[in-house]
Amino acid sequence: MATATAQPQSISTVGNDGHKHKKNALSDGQGRLAWILLAPTLIVIIVVAGIPVLLSIRESFFTANAGVDPNTGMVASGESFSGLGNFSAIFSGMDNVGGNFGTMGRFWNAFLNTTGFTLICVVLETILGVAMALIMSKAFRGRGIVRAGILVPWAIPTIVSALMWKLIFDEAGVMNRILGQQILWLADSGAGFLAVIIADVWKTAPFIGLLTLAGLQTIPGEVYEAAKVDGASAIQQFVRITLPMVKPTLVVAVLFRTLDTLRMFDLPYGMIGPGKYHVETLSIFAYQEATQQRYGPAAAYAIILFIYVLLIAFIFVKLLGADVIGDGAPKKSKKKKSEGIDPDGEKSAIAAISTMGGAH
Amino acid sequence: MATTTAPATESHLSPEEVQRLAKPQRSSKAVIGMVAAYAGMALIVLYCIIPFYWMIVSSLRLPTMGRSTAFWPSPASIANYKGVFAGQNNFGRSLINSLIVSGTTTVLTLLFGIVAAYALARLQFKGKSAVLWVIMACSMFPLIILIPPLLKMFSSTEPFTWFPYWINTYQAVIVPGLSFGLPLAVWNLTAFFKQLPVELEQAAMVDGCTPGVAFRKVILPLAAPGVFTTAIIVFIGSWNEFLVALTFLQAADKQTATVAISKFTGTTGFDTPYGSIMAAGVIVTVPLLIAVLLFQRRIVAGLTAGGVK
Repeated sequence: MATATAQPQSISTVGNDGHKHKKNALSDGQGRLAWILLAPTLIVIIVVAGIPVLLSIRESFFTANAGVDPNTGMVASGESFSGLGNFSAIFSGMDNVGGNFGTMGRFWNAFLNTTGFTLICVVLETILGVAMALIMSKAFRGRGIVRAGILVPWAIPTIVSALMWKLIFDEAGVMNRILGQQILWLADSGAGFLAVIIADVWKTAPFIGLLTLAGLQTIPGEVYEAAKVDGASAIQQFVRITLPMVKPTLVVAVLFRTLDTLRMFDLPYGMIGPGKYHVETLSIFAYQEATQQRYGPAAAYAIILFIYVLLIAFIFVKLLGADVIGDGAPKKSKKKKSEGIDPDGEKSAIAAISTMGGAH
Repeated sequence: MATTTAPATESHLSPEEVQRLAKPQRSSKAVIGMVAAYAGMALIVLYCIIPFYWMIVSSLRLPTMGRSTAFWPSPASIANYKGVFAGQNNFGRSLINSLIVSGTTTVLTLLFGIVAAYALARLQFKGKSAVLWVIMACSMFPLIILIPPLLKMFSSTEPFTWFPYWINTYQAVIVPGLSFGLPLAVWNLTAFFKQLPVELEQAAMVDGCTPGVAFRKVILPLAAPGVFTTAIIVFIGSWNEFLVALTFLQAADKQTATVAISKFTGTTGFDTPYGSIMAAGVIVTVPLLIAVLLFQRRIVAGLTAGGVK
């Protein structure tokens, strides 16, 4: 049982007077105990994430041998070091494909698709999500039902929701029937791009709404009463009070949604299919390369995506002040603790449910 | 509107009048706002539910009417549900595979996560925020970066010929699954442990408990709802996982449910068997929905409300 490791090895020491003094593990010698408790998790993270990432970086400098080995006459196997070859190949223009943004290298096409999906989806989801949260915060009753409803899109596996939207967007499907159009949503076209955006917004806008609502509920009512006394209009209240006060929650939620959308895979893969250049994201491209045993390029693309993700996360944390790990305001926390609320716990909780957004 | 009448000024009020006065006064403007809010909430629920409704309706049609756009299945039929479990789809097997994979991932994640979260929530030590950043970074990085090296490793290709062949094994999905399950669990549980007052353990230790016993006998039972919620969330995340399972589980009898559904083929061949795909989708989703609906208060409010109830 895991709790067995919670037993510190030496909590009692013999003092000068010969009596045993129990150390208080809540205040003394916590460092060693903490590392013992953290060791299993850190080891697992190093093994399942750290080492593969390093291997991926190594892999990105290698290319599989192709053709026939001149010495043996056998088909070449294995791979050889190619330096930055996999990265510079991005600029070679050897594999031009036609996508939403014109004809360009397949990598750049995937890169722009990923960026486009992320920008459009996150903006739409944030606007819709905040609107939903505002509506929910106005109502006294029925929140439970709405919350249950909102969790429906979240609980449906992304691949299942991809297939569900595939049926809705079918050429002879219900979306075209309602619109009275004959749009080929599932074709490799701009319509497919739009269909993926609609499906993604459907799945995650309510989730941002839920998180924003949690943030809204921490704003004390007196603030609004004071604003009313000062004659603030509803719009002023929203811009000057609601938005600034809900910002910490919202920034963390939007950060996690952004990172999630950057690695989008399931939705375009399930709805439109692999190898469709109008909806091909970096994750799909890298996956396709990896499954065709072009490990080097696959790793190179995955690493560029990783750097892209790190950059976005860095911008959010530095410029927007996203308090991701919830340790940002030690002074304020003391004040709040007296009210029985632990803001650290609260913030990390919000980060925690942000990470529940789900993989694409 | 009765509530907008001026309150009576007599000194002797009947109990009914007292009750009426005690109610908050609502202006007609506020009432309109209220109606608008409820209309908005109805819209939100419809927005969330309607596509799912379409999945259910489509699953209840005859298998030959997969693309029908009738808003009601006529005639209603459960043939799709029977068809899902027909031989070539291996769907029953894939549900068991999903259960094994998600169950194991959840248990392992909780075992490691609980102790780590306790340390992060309660103990003061150098390097804490570095640890928090490592765990957070782990939940941020794109899963695809694991695929190229792990695919090479698990398929024992050079230079990993020493590694056992792991393609089509459960551990090939469970091990990478820990990389996204563990940060989630640690984060959730840390939040829960922090919400429990430290005085509880101190009291237990005053009564003679060692910190370990205090943790096991006092903190763990109190955090049980948090542990349970975390278990549900990790389980759902693992159950819904697609990319890793798609890459490493290729044999039909080893696939998880999400992969199996994505590979459904119709009995007739080329036509997409929407009916059975939707039926399978409903089967995969409904257990999660029941869990989410039963524990929605815990999943959402429990995480964000703070404080010990």
